[in-house]
Amino acid sequence: MKITMAHGGGGKDSADLMKNIFGKHFGNEILDKMEDAALVDPSLFCNTRNEEMGKIACSTDSFVVTPLEFPGGDIGKLCVCGTLNDLLMMGAQPLYITCGFIMEEGLETDLLERIVLSMAETAREAGIKIIAGDTKVIEGSGGLYINTTGIGHVPSGRNISAANCKKGDKIMLSGTLGEHHACILSARMEIENGIRSDCGFLSDVANALLDAGINVRTMRDVTRGGLATVLNEIAESSCCEMVIREKDIPLSAEVKGLTDILGLDPMYMANEGKMIAVIPEEEAEKALAAVKKTSHGKEAVIIGEVSESLPGNAAVDTVARVTIITPLGGTRVLDMLYGEGLPRIC
Amino acid sequence: MCIAIPGKVISLEGNKAKVDFSGNTVTVNTGLVDPKPGQYVLVHAGCAIEVMEKEKAEELLDIFADLEEIR
Amino acid sequence: MDTATVIENLKNYDGPELKLMEVCGTHTASIFKSGIRSMISPAIKLISGPGCPVCVTPAAYIDKCAGYAMKKDHILLTFGDMMKVPGTEGSLSDLKGRGASAELMYSPFEAVERAAAHPETMFVVAAVGFETTAPAYALAIEDAKERGIKNLKFVTALKTVVPALSLICENQPDIDGFICPGHVSVIIGIKPYERLAVKYKKPFVIAGFEAEHILAVIYDIVRQIKKGEARAKNLYGNAVREQGNIKALHIIKKHFEEGPAMWRGLGIIDGSGLYLKNEGSFDGGSRGLDADIKLPGECRCKDVIVGRINPDECPMFAKGCRPDAPWGPCMVSGEGACGIWYRNRKA
Repeated sequence: MKITMAHGGGGKDSADLMKNIFGKHFGNEILDKMEDAALVDPSLFCNTRNEEMGKIACSTDSFVVTPLEFPGGDIGKLCVCGTLNDLLMMGAQPLYITCGFIMEEGLETDLLERIVLSMAETAREAGIKIIAGDTKVIEGSGGLYINTTGIGHVPSGRNISAANCKKGDKIMLSGTLGEHHACILSARMEIENGIRSDCGFLSDVANALLDAGINVRTMRDVTRGGLATVLNEIAESSCCEMVIREKDIPLSAEVKGLTDILGLDPMYMANEGKMIAVIPEEEAEKALAAVKKTSHGKEAVIIGEVSESLPGNAAVDTVARVTIITPLGGTRVLDMLYGEGLPRIC
Repeated sequence: MCIAIPGKVISLEGNKAKVDFSGNTVTVNTGLVDPKPGQYVLVHAGCAIEVMEKEKAEELLDIFADLEEIR
Repeated sequence: MDTATVIENLKNYDGPELKLMEVCGTHTASIFKSGIRSMISPAIKLISGPGCPVCVTPAAYIDKCAGYAMKKDHILLTFGDMMKVPGTEGSLSDLKGRGASAELMYSPFEAVERAAAHPETMFVVAAVGFETTAPAYALAIEDAKERGIKNLKFVTALKTVVPALSLICENQPDIDGFICPGHVSVIIGIKPYERLAVKYKKPFVIAGFEAEHILAVIYDIVRQIKKGEARAKNLYGNAVREQGNIKALHIIKKHFEEGPAMWRGLGIIDGSGLYLKNEGSFDGGSRGLDADIKLPGECRCKDVIVGRINPDECPMFAKGCRPDAPWGPCMVSGEGACGIWYRNRKA
C-alpha cells in the first residue's frame, strides 16, 4: 500500500494507519488511550507519589495548510491554537509550546516573519510561552510546514476523557460548522465569499465549563474529519451510541451555499475553533448558559444525547454508533469520514 | 446524478454571468440559457443549464398543492 | 396537500410491496441524507439504479486517464468523485502517490482557463457525465477551439440515461415505477419518459433534489400505481421544460454522436454513449470498447444495482468490498446501495 491523501483526511484511513502502523509499534498505556493529548504523572519525577500535583498534558500536531494566509488567520495562528486546543480538551491549562519549521526553498522571509509574528501574538494572547524551536530547509517552491508540541497542566481531580460518556449525557456544540474548511476551499477554488476561518483558541469555552463546576465527561475540538468523525471516535472510546438532530446544528448560510455548490457535507468539514462537550443531563442547561456567555461559544447548542451505553466488548463489532435525525424526521447513520471528502459532481 | 443548484444572477457579461449562491459568487457560463439579472439559474459544473421560474419555497408549495389525493 | 400529509400517507402505505427505482446519484444521495427510507412504509422499497456517471465508469477508462496523469508535463483534471473510482492499478487517488498528476476541477471552463494560462503543460480533462454535463464540455471545447488553445484534451466517457432505463425495464419487470433524474431531464425534457411509460406501462416521474421533491414524487408514483395509471409526469416544472433545453440538445447533437458504451458492473449498453464527432486533438472515448475491471467472480453488483438482491446477500459485501476499497458501482458511491448498507450494518 502507498500513502494517499485520504490517510491525512482524519477519517477512517487515518484511523487505520494509526492502528496498523503507529499503534502497533509505539503502543503503550498512555498512547493507547488515543486522546487529544497524552497525560503523564509528574510525581514520577519525585520520590514520593503526590496526587495533588495533577497531570502533565502533552500534545503534538503538524500544520500543512495552503494557502499559508487566509481570511481569519494564517498557519502561524493555526499552529498555536490547534495544539493549545488539544491540551484544553483534556482539561489542561496550556503553558508552553515548541515549534519545528520545515521551509521549502523560495519561501519569502517577509511572509515567514508575518507568520512568526502571528504565532507570537497568538501565544501572548493565550498567555503561553514558545520555549523551543527548530528550522530545516528542503527543496521545493516556497512552502512552509510547522509542527508544534504543547505542554500543559491538568489540576488534580480532573477527569476528562473520550471514554467517559454515559447514557443520557447531552452533547453540546460550541457554534457553526465548517468555516475553516470552507474558507480554505474557497481560496483554493477561487470562489468569492465572506467566509472567514474560525481558527481560534477555545480557552474561554473550556474554562467557562470548568469554572462553572460542570462535571464535563468529554471535550473534543472539531477538526479534520468534521463533527461526524469526532462523534464516532468518542462513541467508540466510550462504548456508546449517540443521537443528534440535524435541525439543531448551526450552519451559516454562506457555508451552506458553498457546500451545496461543491457537493460537500458540512458534517465532515473541518473547523479550527469549534468544540463539542459531553455533559451530564442534569447539568446541561447550566453548562449551555455558561458557554453562551463566551466569545467562542455564543452560538452553542445542545445537538443531541448519548442514547445508549453498550457492553464493554460491543464497540469493536458495532458500526452504527451515531444516528442523525434529519429535518423532516427521518433517521440515518452518521458514519466517520471515508476517503478525503472531495468536491463532487454526482 | 448531477449536482446542480439554483443561484441568483448578479450581472452578465458576454456568455458569462456572476451568480450568487447564498453569499458565494461564482462565474458561470451562460451559453445554454438567456437569463436576466435577478433571475435564478440552475448551475451544473460551472454552466447554467436552465432559468428557474420560481424561488424554492414557492415551488415546493406549488408541487404539494398539485398532488392529488390517493383515494 | 402538505409535506406532513404526504409523509403520513407513505408511512401508512399497506398495499402490496412496491419497488421504485431512482437512477440519479444526487437522488440517491438526497434519499440517504434525508433518511427518506426511514420515513416511509417498508413495503415501499427504494432501489438505487445505475445513476451516477462516475460510479459506472469502467476500469479501462480510469486506466486511460491514469496513463495521461503519469505522462511528463501532463496534468489530469477531474471532478472530486472520480478520484476514488478503482482502475486496474488502483484509483487516481492511489496513483497520485506513485507520481500521477491528477488535480481537481470544478468546471470544464476552469480547464480551458488553466490551459490558456499554462501553455507549457498539457491539460487532460476526464470528461465523464450524463446529458447534464455533455453540453458544458461542448461549450468548453468550442471556447478552446475559438481561442486556439492546443494544450487541452478531453478524454470523454459520456453516457445517456434513457438506454439504461430501457435496459432495466426489459430485464427487470418487477420495478414498479421510476423516479426520473431532474437535472438530466432539464436537458432532455419529458418526452423520452412518455415513450417509456407507454411502452412499459409504468409511472415515470421527474423529481427535483430536495427531500420534499422526492417525497412528492414517491407519493405520486404510489398514487398512480394504486389508481392503475402509468404516466410520465414532471414534478420539477420549476426547472424542467417539456421539450428540455433546446440549445443544450442542439449543441450535444452538433458535437457528439451515439454509440455503445460500457457501464461498470452492467456491461455494454447500446446507444448509451456519446462520442465526439470531430475528435481533432481530443480523445473522444473508445466507442464502447473500454474493458470493465474484471469484477471478482463472487461480485453480485449486477444483481444489487437492479434490486434483485440486497447488498448483504453478496458474498463480497464488507469482506472484499468496502467503502475504502470498493469494486462495483454500488460501493464506489458512498450512497449507493452497498455503501448505505455498509454504514447501517450491525455486525
